Amino acid sequence: MSDPLLSVDELRVRFRSLGALRALVRGVRDPYIDAVCGVSFQLRAGETLGLVGESGSGKSTVARAIMGLTPSQAGSVRFDGRELRGLPTRELRRLRADMAMMFQDPVGSLSPRLTVRALITEPLRIHGRTEVNLDEEADRLLDMVGLTPEFGGRFPHQLSGGQARRVGVARALALNPRLIIADEPTAGLDVSVQGEVLNLLAHLQRKLGLAILIITHNLNVVRHVTDRTAIMYLGRFVEQGATETIFRAPHHPYTAALLSANPEPDPDAAHARVELHGEVPSLMNRPPGCEFHPRCPYARELCAHTPPRVTEAGGEHRYTCHFPLNAHDMAAA
Amino acid sequence: MAGAADPLLDIRDLSLDFASPGGALHALRDIDVTVPRGRIVGVVGESGCGKSTLASTIIRLLAANARIVSGEILFEGEDLAKASEHRMRELRGARMSMIFQDPMTALNPVRAIGEQMIDIQHRLPGSTADKRRRARDMLATVGIPDPDNRLTAYPHQFSGGMRQRICIAMALLVEPALILADEPTTALDATLEVQIVDLLKELQREQGCSILFVSHHLGTVTELCDDVVVMYAGEVVEAGSVREIFHNPGHPYTQALLRCDPGRIREATRQLPTIPGALPDLADLPRGCIFQNRCPQAHDRCAREAPPRHRVAEGHTASCHLLEQTEEAPA
Amino acid sequence: MRGATHTRAIGAGRHRPHALMQHWRRLRRDQLGVFGLVLVVLMVGSAILAPWIVPYDHTELMTGGRLAAPTWDHPLGTDQLGRDVFSRLVMGGRVALQVALAALTAALSAGLVLGLIAGFGPRWLDSGMLLVLDAVRAFPVVIFALAVVTLLGPSLWTIVLVVAITSVPIYARIVRTQTQSLRNNEFIQAERALGAGTPRILAIHIMPNVIGPLLILASMDVPLVITMEAGLSFLGMGVQPPTPSWGTILNDGFNHISNSPWPVIAGGIPIILTTLGFTFLGEALRDIFDPKLRKDV
Repeated sequence: MSDPLLSVDELRVRFRSLGALRALVRGVRDPYIDAVCGVSFQLRAGETLGLVGESGSGKSTVARAIMGLTPSQAGSVRFDGRELRGLPTRELRRLRADMAMMFQDPVGSLSPRLTVRALITEPLRIHGRTEVNLDEEADRLLDMVGLTPEFGGRFPHQLSGGQARRVGVARALALNPRLIIADEPTAGLDVSVQGEVLNLLAHLQRKLGLAILIITHNLNVVRHVTDRTAIMYLGRFVEQGATETIFRAPHHPYTAALLSANPEPDPDAAHARVELHGEVPSLMNRPPGCEFHPRCPYARELCAHTPPRVTEAGGEHRYTCHFPLNAHDMAAA
Repeated sequence: MAGAADPLLDIRDLSLDFASPGGALHALRDIDVTVPRGRIVGVVGESGCGKSTLASTIIRLLAANARIVSGEILFEGEDLAKASEHRMRELRGARMSMIFQDPMTALNPVRAIGEQMIDIQHRLPGSTADKRRRARDMLATVGIPDPDNRLTAYPHQFSGGMRQRICIAMALLVEPALILADEPTTALDATLEVQIVDLLKELQREQGCSILFVSHHLGTVTELCDDVVVMYAGEVVEAGSVREIFHNPGHPYTQALLRCDPGRIREATRQLPTIPGALPDLADLPRGCIFQNRCPQAHDRCAREAPPRHRVAEGHTASCHLLEQTEEAPA
Repeated sequence: MRGATHTRAIGAGRHRPHALMQHWRRLRRDQLGVFGLVLVVLMVGSAILAPWIVPYDHTELMTGGRLAAPTWDHPLGTDQLGRDVFSRLVMGGRVALQVALAALTAALSAGLVLGLIAGFGPRWLDSGMLLVLDAVRAFPVVIFALAVVTLLGPSLWTIVLVVAITSVPIYARIVRTQTQSLRNNEFIQAERALGAGTPRILAIHIMPNVIGPLLILASMDVPLVITMEAGLSFLGMGVQPPTPSWGTILNDGFNHISNSPWPVIAGGIPIILTTLGFTFLGEALRDIFDPKLRKDV
């Protein structure tokens, strides 16, 4: 097995919830929110990993921490063997050319006063690739994402959601990256055009050998376009493994709940609905023991005070639960 | 559709235009929708189909440049299209109420929710204490924990899911005959959506009101609704019971939509189906069928004449020439 | 926000007329705006073409006598030395234009730079700059002008300096607020993700989005600046005789008001016209460029 392109180990990201003075006044000793608590995964070239979670799970934060947009406090992020955390800005800039990110809001992530052509060639200009003919590059990239050269003269507000997404892809490809991080690539897109963006990414991956990290809450999408999936809850991975396995036999109750929360458009489909109690707790009030226990329909006494450890289930499948589902070979702890 | 006798809401041939500098945008054309008493009807379609516009037209919360060109909106026998603004105000918050998409902005941020819930009952008899009690009971019914103390809380102190429950509570407080729900779960996470959908089902059963549920999410509509109407680019292309539509879709657009939903695709695939092409320009509509430029089965006739409504099965109609062997549905 | 369907701009595929043409068409529809435009063109045009359009040399003493009432020969009468008031006013327009142009350009440039830095930089820098800017703004203009005049002597450039410095805080604050609201936008994050440095982000991505409202505000400040100049010249801190300025004309007229009201009335007219013109035009431009205020679709 080849070395992973991206290797994340025990990544931690914290945010201040209160300024230093206020924390002092209110007597809050630890005025921090843990957005990401020790996340570990690997991604190889030509592979697609899906990072799934709901709002507040920390999935977008993981992506931004990898890109260096949000500072991380602990852990390691290795790209092509090189440690990214703590790298001086100049070095990081150079590495940025190899990693590209597509943002959630397709139109909002494009600078409103620049034309599509200028937007796509921005990365080239930023990194000083002056030897390239920018106009030709722009046309080439537009063609790669299935847009006619005529789009080059348009402004972001003149694009539809799907078109703006494609421009985002084109921009991400400008510097021939090896890794693309796509934050909610299908958000805001109708079902009939979702496929366009996803098919495009799949095609480009085959052609260019890209590694893709897809961040989404949409499990239906994940099932089709990813090789492996990781499920996040309150900043931790609760389960990760081959997509096929996870969908067939989820081990963590939250995974099962997410899977059953995606109602199929089939009125006769049998529904083994796993319904959760209540809502996602605030990051400032993390439940003790297993953080999922207040909502878990299968929670038991142990779950309330002892946090479960990560269990390997073979073949890169990992989960964090005392009483996993579908684990016929596991004896309950 | 079942229960056709004396429906609560009967929209006939409704057409609506938006005035714009580039010409009138024909946002709704010849819409026919029936909502029987005590049933949940879903309106499904993608961006630009006019489903939200339809809901806004029924309750008449439209932009200044909107104009009803023709048609009737018969609500409990009365034509809302011709009603005065005064009459609409009497109906809103009494016989019909609306739940909006974004719970973050649907509530007044500077007033406690208890006050807002008491306010909304202003037409109902009873003292303020009575109204407060009803508000508190309703909060408990929709699943807000510790309702007595939460009455004095402000919207920003609640999460998104809680706020949407409060909006539902407010919609139901006045015991309307019809609830218009405009994508109420779109802004919520999947596990929350499940809870809200179950809540709506339960409350509808208890109160017996009708719901017009607008959504682009096919799965949710299947879960919640009894009947469904499929819209495309301002027209109703198909209508029928949920079971009929999803098992036996008659219109090529409905078929394509179902084909594209990744949740329906059994085998994991890297090449997802799409509907090629783009929406037609609402200011410059093509002659003939509205879906012709994207339909895999389009033929000559589609470009010449717009298809009439054909009957696919009992209570199930679709507007497509390919269905012509079956009898034409009554106008 | 999860799954919010992006309402596609209806007609986004259609060919849109060039943006400038659209703006021009919108302006044409705003009657007050057109009126303002006409006035502005008139005032600016006459100021630029002044030496060629004045009927008389503004320093020449007329035979019609002093403080004469308006006649066909002298439409606005003559001043206390017998000079044609109309000619003096037209020439005075040049002073007004110079002051407005110089002062506003300087204030805009300084305000833009300071505002960008305050809005994009660290909190402590922002707080510090605000402190300084607010202090400058709180200082009474006239007293400040007196101080500067004492140091540099009365002249056109003294006025320009005073007006520029006292206008900077307002522009800087506006730019700062706009910059702050933009800095967390996704497109700025996207640029950072691409490796763009702060100078590039400020110059290419933030400034163009900020400068529009600023220019419109500045155009609406032109009458204010001209009035300030008139006021300071009235107090003797600005241009010295025989250079005509609207303020000095007003001052002279005031001194002789018991003899004839005409110079005062005449002196007020250009100030009123300029104020009206720039205000109407500025408001119309603001309505055109602010999409939220648009009444049509």
